[in-house]
Amino acid sequence: MSSKSINLTLKVWRQQGSKAPGRLETYKAENISTDASFLEMLDIVNERLILEGKEPIAFDHDCREGICGMCGSVVNGRPHGPEKETTLCQLHMRHFRDGDTVVIEPFRAKAIPVVKDLVVNRSALDQIIAAGGFISVNTGQAPEANSLPVPKDKADLAMDAAACIGCGACIAACPNASAMLFVSAKISQFALLPHGRPEAAKRALSMVAQMDAQGFGNCTNHQECEAECPKGISISNIARLNREFIKAALASAEELPVAAKKE
Amino acid sequence: MQLDAKIPGGPLETKWDRHRFDLKLVNPSNKRKFEIIVVGTGLAGGSASASLAELGYNVKTFCIQDSPRRAHSIAAQGGINAAKNYPNDSDSIWRLFYDTIKGGDFRAREANVYRLAQVSNLIIDHCVAQGIPFAREYGGLLANRSFGGAQVSRTFYARGQTGQQLLLGAYSSLMRQVAKGQVTMFPRREMLDLVLVDGQARGIVVRNLITGEIERHTAHAVVLATGGYANVFFLSTNGTGCNVTAAYRCYKKGAGFANPCYTQIHPTCIPVHGEYQSKLTLMSESLRNDGRVWVPKKAGDTRRPEDIPEGERDYYLERIYPSFGNLAPRDISSRAAKRMCDDGKGVGPTGRAVYLDFRDAIQRLGQPEIEARYGNLFQMYERIVAEDPYKTPMMIYPASHYAMGGLWVDYNLMSTIPGLFVLGEANFSDHGANRLGASALMQGLGDGYFVIPNTINGYLAGTKFAEVSESHDAFQESEAEVVAKVKRLLGIKGKRTATDFHRELGHILWEYCGMGRTDEGLAKARKLVADVRAEFWENLTVPGSAADLNQSLEYAGRVADFLEFADILILDALARRESCGAHFNEAFQTEEHEALRDDVNMSHVAVWEYAGEGKEPIFNKEPLNFEFVKLATRSYK
Repeated sequence: MSSKSINLTLKVWRQQGSKAPGRLETYKAENISTDASFLEMLDIVNERLILEGKEPIAFDHDCREGICGMCGSVVNGRPHGPEKETTLCQLHMRHFRDGDTVVIEPFRAKAIPVVKDLVVNRSALDQIIAAGGFISVNTGQAPEANSLPVPKDKADLAMDAAACIGCGACIAACPNASAMLFVSAKISQFALLPHGRPEAAKRALSMVAQMDAQGFGNCTNHQECEAECPKGISISNIARLNREFIKAALASAEELPVAAKKE
Repeated sequence: MQLDAKIPGGPLETKWDRHRFDLKLVNPSNKRKFEIIVVGTGLAGGSASASLAELGYNVKTFCIQDSPRRAHSIAAQGGINAAKNYPNDSDSIWRLFYDTIKGGDFRAREANVYRLAQVSNLIIDHCVAQGIPFAREYGGLLANRSFGGAQVSRTFYARGQTGQQLLLGAYSSLMRQVAKGQVTMFPRREMLDLVLVDGQARGIVVRNLITGEIERHTAHAVVLATGGYANVFFLSTNGTGCNVTAAYRCYKKGAGFANPCYTQIHPTCIPVHGEYQSKLTLMSESLRNDGRVWVPKKAGDTRRPEDIPEGERDYYLERIYPSFGNLAPRDISSRAAKRMCDDGKGVGPTGRAVYLDFRDAIQRLGQPEIEARYGNLFQMYERIVAEDPYKTPMMIYPASHYAMGGLWVDYNLMSTIPGLFVLGEANFSDHGANRLGASALMQGLGDGYFVIPNTINGYLAGTKFAEVSESHDAFQESEAEVVAKVKRLLGIKGKRTATDFHRELGHILWEYCGMGRTDEGLAKARKLVADVRAEFWENLTVPGSAADLNQSLEYAGRVADFLEFADILILDALARRESCGAHFNEAFQTEEHEALRDDVNMSHVAVWEYAGEGKEPIFNKEPLNFEFVKLATRSYK
């Protein structure tokens, strides 16, 4: 590790509440070690703001190792910043140059509104999972774990899809504010496993209906979601979702559900 | 304080079956008359919420995060143990039980640990059925790997993201119950008090973190699954939100706090690099399956690792513990690393690191195989340190990781407060003085999926409940206290931030109450912590108001509780006149610097009881009786 210090100018979105108007405010981030993470840089700025008697910048974070999905902002126009397959908490300041101006904004989409500053409300994603992002097995019902073999390639693909951390970067990146990558990752995980097949049709129809009800846009193959996904979730999952949906809509006995938006 | 562990009699193998038969049942139509509060949505809270709702109970579930999918269980990397014996390597429920008891340095209850080993296999069955993409062999069957403290391969894993996958499984089952209306979910709520009516836990008071409103919620029982307190050290591998507040507030309401001095320092973490650092990152113990730990033989050797020839390297874990080698348990490996660095053999810019080297494994297996096994971990390391671990050895150092101590519970997982159940890392029950790798996931899910859904029936069926509404005096008093405390935090208007106090607390504990403890150091730490605590209430500054999202205010409340809690942690370390597992008092060690237990005088659970503001906590003990295993010196040589 060769560490040095840099100075940055931050332009940060400040918004007092979900209904209040927001604006970009300028802050100096001085003497920042290049070994610090992006969130540690924000910590330092916040500590200084507090000591000046000002309100610090609100942002969500928890694990700070790229797995919980809490953090995420748009940095210089890109969700989670410039590094490929990197969450904001894992982005380090060595990727910035002394004197840079860095614009930090919340993820923006109608379905995931701003709560305060960089904090957004992603509960719409929970509602999509509640609509069908599960296998219906009660505790105690399961057969012996090895009774149903799963081909390794299928298990690996399911794991690739299951790596989604639910951060919402795909939505922020999409010009349509679509949640298709998120939805397709969950649908793919279960569609690829024999355990998930019994409910596959119902799941695809219900989750897509709830996604629409929550106000997310449609997919028009811009592929921005894949480019910005910090976990490298592939858009081939969206193709699989489309196949599952069409199969379910045309060839299964399931009725097309009409979903109401749930809070 | 009454400490009846309620351990069923008879043979170890049939205790749990007999106990379940003896417990009263709640018939299905009566279950819907009960409300249960679950606080926390990690593995324990998520699985408990789902399973209790599946049984027909009305569940209200709370978490501080924006979604129940975020709790820090999600960061567990390596795997989950079970006694399936799929590799045919002589594993069994008994062996998993024995390894766990021994790994905990014979300071856990036999009956609890045996039950944990029994339900371990059911957990794997259930998680596979939930669609968790565990690693598989080419034949399509489940794969296993090894973890510390075991000579069998019994760990199931989903790449380096096992905790994430298991948590998302529990979360999906929970959301299924939310959709059915069986669980009401309250995200972004922080529990700030437990409410007792007639001595029973009957509800909680929470702060809505978005609006700042204080809310009251009633129930017939409260299940606490709020995780561990490793963040008391400021720097730890825990998420920044992990805290002791809910558990500590229960302690102040009369729940005994057991073994707080058992704090696990994990051997393989990325070393500290700067004062601004907010957390330490774990490198999964699974890496020690293939990585070899070493330091230069010569103290003060500043050559690059590649330039140090084979003969001048000390693979000290393999040398000292030949039968377990690099897979020696966590407490042992951590202390060995500390000793090497204390002797001046540490590496890296600070001298507080050892190497974890994959050179030999890459030569043996090829880089693609190492990538397949640990790719995401190597990537994480490179991001943080900006060095390529395929080319140069990783540098690692121990860090605070897990709390074996927690609220005292009986065999039913009920605390000393009737109706308050405690699950997962928040309780003290199964890991004794040291937790083995891949056992936390097992315990969290075991408690939530298979223990509490059975034991809570006995309490609900056998208890008389008064009608309690949210306007009950007890709720009013509790809310008034919570509001006053919030106001007090905002009103100090001093000159130091909560982070600053927390960092100072962490430094004190790491120095005097970390891997090596002495009576003098602990006494000094107690005094220093008291000083920090006093200054905190005079010189803290918290910006903003209580009427909206105020992360500084949330954090200040948690630091205030850490500052009080640290005192019982230190007291407990002082009171334990032996070294065992993660607790190492330098006055009690063998000639080879291993922990020296005192089974005659110290074979007990230490349980601390709140005695009131400013009063010395009361010490209680639950003797540990070993009927089925012989206490032995824990050797991994």
